[in-house]
Amino acid sequence: MKNINIEVGLRTAYDINKEMKKAAESNDTITLKNVLGQRFIGSGISKEIKIKIYGVPGNDLGAYMDGPEIEVFSNVQDAIGNTMNKGSIIVHGSCGDTAGYAMRGGEIFIKENVGYRVGIHMKEYLDMKPAIVIGGTAGDFLGEYMAGGVIILLGLNASKKQPLTGKFCGTGIHGGAIYVNGTIESHKLGKELKPVKMEQKDISLIENYIKQYRKYFKYEDEIKTDKFSKYMAVDTNPYKKMYIKY
Amino acid sequence: MSISLITPQFEVLRDEKKCIQCKVCVKQCANEVHRYDEEDNVVLADDAKCVNCHRCVVLCPTKALKIRNNSLEFRDNANWNGKAINEIFIQAETGGILLSSMGNPKPFPIYWDKMLLNASQVTNPSIDPLREPMETKVMIGRKPKKLEFDKKGKLITEIPPQIELNMPIMFSAMSYGSISKNAHEALARAAEKLGIVYNTGEGGLHKDFYKYGKNTIVQVASGRFGVHLNYLEAGVAIEIKMGQGAKPGIGGHLPGIKVGEDVSATRMIPVGADAISPAPHHDIYSIEDLSQLIFSLKEATNYKKPVLVKIAAVNNVAAIASGIARAGADAIIIDGFRGGTGAAPTRVRDNVGIPIELALAAVDQRLRDEGIRNEVSIVCAGSVRNSSDIVKAIALGADAVYIGSAALIAIGCHMCHSCSTGKCNWGIATQEAELVKRLNPDLAYQKLVNLLSAWNHEIKEMLGGMGINAIDSLRGNRLMLRGVGLNQKELDILGIKHAGE
Repeated sequence: MKNINIEVGLRTAYDINKEMKKAAESNDTITLKNVLGQRFIGSGISKEIKIKIYGVPGNDLGAYMDGPEIEVFSNVQDAIGNTMNKGSIIVHGSCGDTAGYAMRGGEIFIKENVGYRVGIHMKEYLDMKPAIVIGGTAGDFLGEYMAGGVIILLGLNASKKQPLTGKFCGTGIHGGAIYVNGTIESHKLGKELKPVKMEQKDISLIENYIKQYRKYFKYEDEIKTDKFSKYMAVDTNPYKKMYIKY
Repeated sequence: MSISLITPQFEVLRDEKKCIQCKVCVKQCANEVHRYDEEDNVVLADDAKCVNCHRCVVLCPTKALKIRNNSLEFRDNANWNGKAINEIFIQAETGGILLSSMGNPKPFPIYWDKMLLNASQVTNPSIDPLREPMETKVMIGRKPKKLEFDKKGKLITEIPPQIELNMPIMFSAMSYGSISKNAHEALARAAEKLGIVYNTGEGGLHKDFYKYGKNTIVQVASGRFGVHLNYLEAGVAIEIKMGQGAKPGIGGHLPGIKVGEDVSATRMIPVGADAISPAPHHDIYSIEDLSQLIFSLKEATNYKKPVLVKIAAVNNVAAIASGIARAGADAIIIDGFRGGTGAAPTRVRDNVGIPIELALAAVDQRLRDEGIRNEVSIVCAGSVRNSSDIVKAIALGADAVYIGSAALIAIGCHMCHSCSTGKCNWGIATQEAELVKRLNPDLAYQKLVNLLSAWNHEIKEMLGGMGINAIDSLRGNRLMLRGVGLNQKELDILGIKHAGE
């Protein structure tokens, strides 16, 4: 495994990405140190390399990403994995809004909490089935306009003060599934989202992602699957009766 | 169920003396208007299903058919006319949002037709493009403020990426899904032949069309359908669609019924899934956020491609355009309220947005006033119908124009405003294999080449008449325009004088 260390500091995102793209050609791992909010890190790299990030990366981490595995040892900002096609992003902390916007493939693992509109417009296509696994809790509009893939909300730190999800869950959803460790109160469900029965295959799917979560974050306690519930779209073609041609 | 109150919009007139019961009309009409009655050996029509697309009229071998507006009249009433009444009937019966296709049909002023062009007489010789060189090539993209050369005279200023166009015309965004594969093929091949570009729309890029990359603009819109690295790198430029003139403030819904195998593969969504493009991009709430999307695309493609931003012409278009220029866009597309669409809520299409002529003039003036006009190209869209509209647009400040409806008309569209049904009898706005194959891409491509070659020549004639030999010398040259029948406010916004002044 060939690694290259890149000191980031006050350098521009343009500069860093240029160096990373070049480094990706001849290295297996890239380690970024002292990242200070630079945007677009990992965007436009289509090689399956590992990128380790120390410091806080800026918005659009891994945008249009097509292969790399990014591991961040801190919190991250907004729109990570924007329109991502392949690869994974592992965050040892919390993340901001719109994580996984329109992602079509790959996986995002967040150790702690996520902001608003996470998983918005996620899609799936053939064997590309993206997943977002959240260890903590989620803000409003989780899975808004979701069209495919899965969101798994573990809620490990959920409490009365910090509820599992915010309001308007799955507003506009027309595909994919949201699994939560517990239940979403009915007043928080978007009108296009409904609870469906958990089946054995759902349990197996969740267990698989939990296994990965525990491995990535060295989470030692057991995470039981008996309290999980599943939510899906009320209708996969929600607007077919909305219009009348004239 | 109660009796429907809706009466047919059109009447199908069949000249029984000419009809030979060949049943061509029966076979050709996807709306199933015509029906052959074997017992009486007669072809009958159900007027209610007719959309007036002229397919049967054109193909009838004995020219026995005519379609006309239904002569059934409501009692005269300028306010409650037949259209207003029927719209209420249909909504009361269905509860649906009225859906229309193509551009705003209402009789709002068309400013192109209220502006006239100048020509040279006596004091400044006109130029004959048949004998003298005439430049209609344009470059779309950000231009540097100044050029610097080294001691040997070699250019050292880095020129940002540009789209090179042989004429100031591009085919506007129409997705694969809204129009057929054959229609896309015709546009792509014509763009290649003419040295211009076509636009994928928000529907991804079919694998067969990557080879036309040099003549392709790929679009990124709120649904991000079919967007991935190879796609972004496939074209000569990337267009971010923020808005559309036909439906400002509204997103798009491609119903699952139009998402067959091929459209599914191109959009990268399951067969039969609705393709919903939300009204906003949910990561864009400000000019700064737009800048982030622009630069995320530039980063992903190594700053090798211009990034264009398309907006609908709305009230504050000039200020918005200024923000877009400062956000890092290489070109701004302004789409007027007459722009076409595969489907838009009728009320939005007919009542939202402003005329492109006024928007274009306002944007060009604002960017000049702020000293940033060089930082973006301006593309004028939203009903450009002919070469004189183009010349006027350029004189008002456009670098190039987008044409959509005009291109579709060239390949057979008869403006029946029924694209949303997916039953286009001309094989354009449909995904039904039987209908798609009616559009022969070899012939359609040639028609597009014919049309634009003719327009390019007409542009040269008009330029030559003004004594100008390069399209760049006309850009923003509003002294070449005069208004007729316009009030002072309109003249001020257009930045032109009245005829006679």
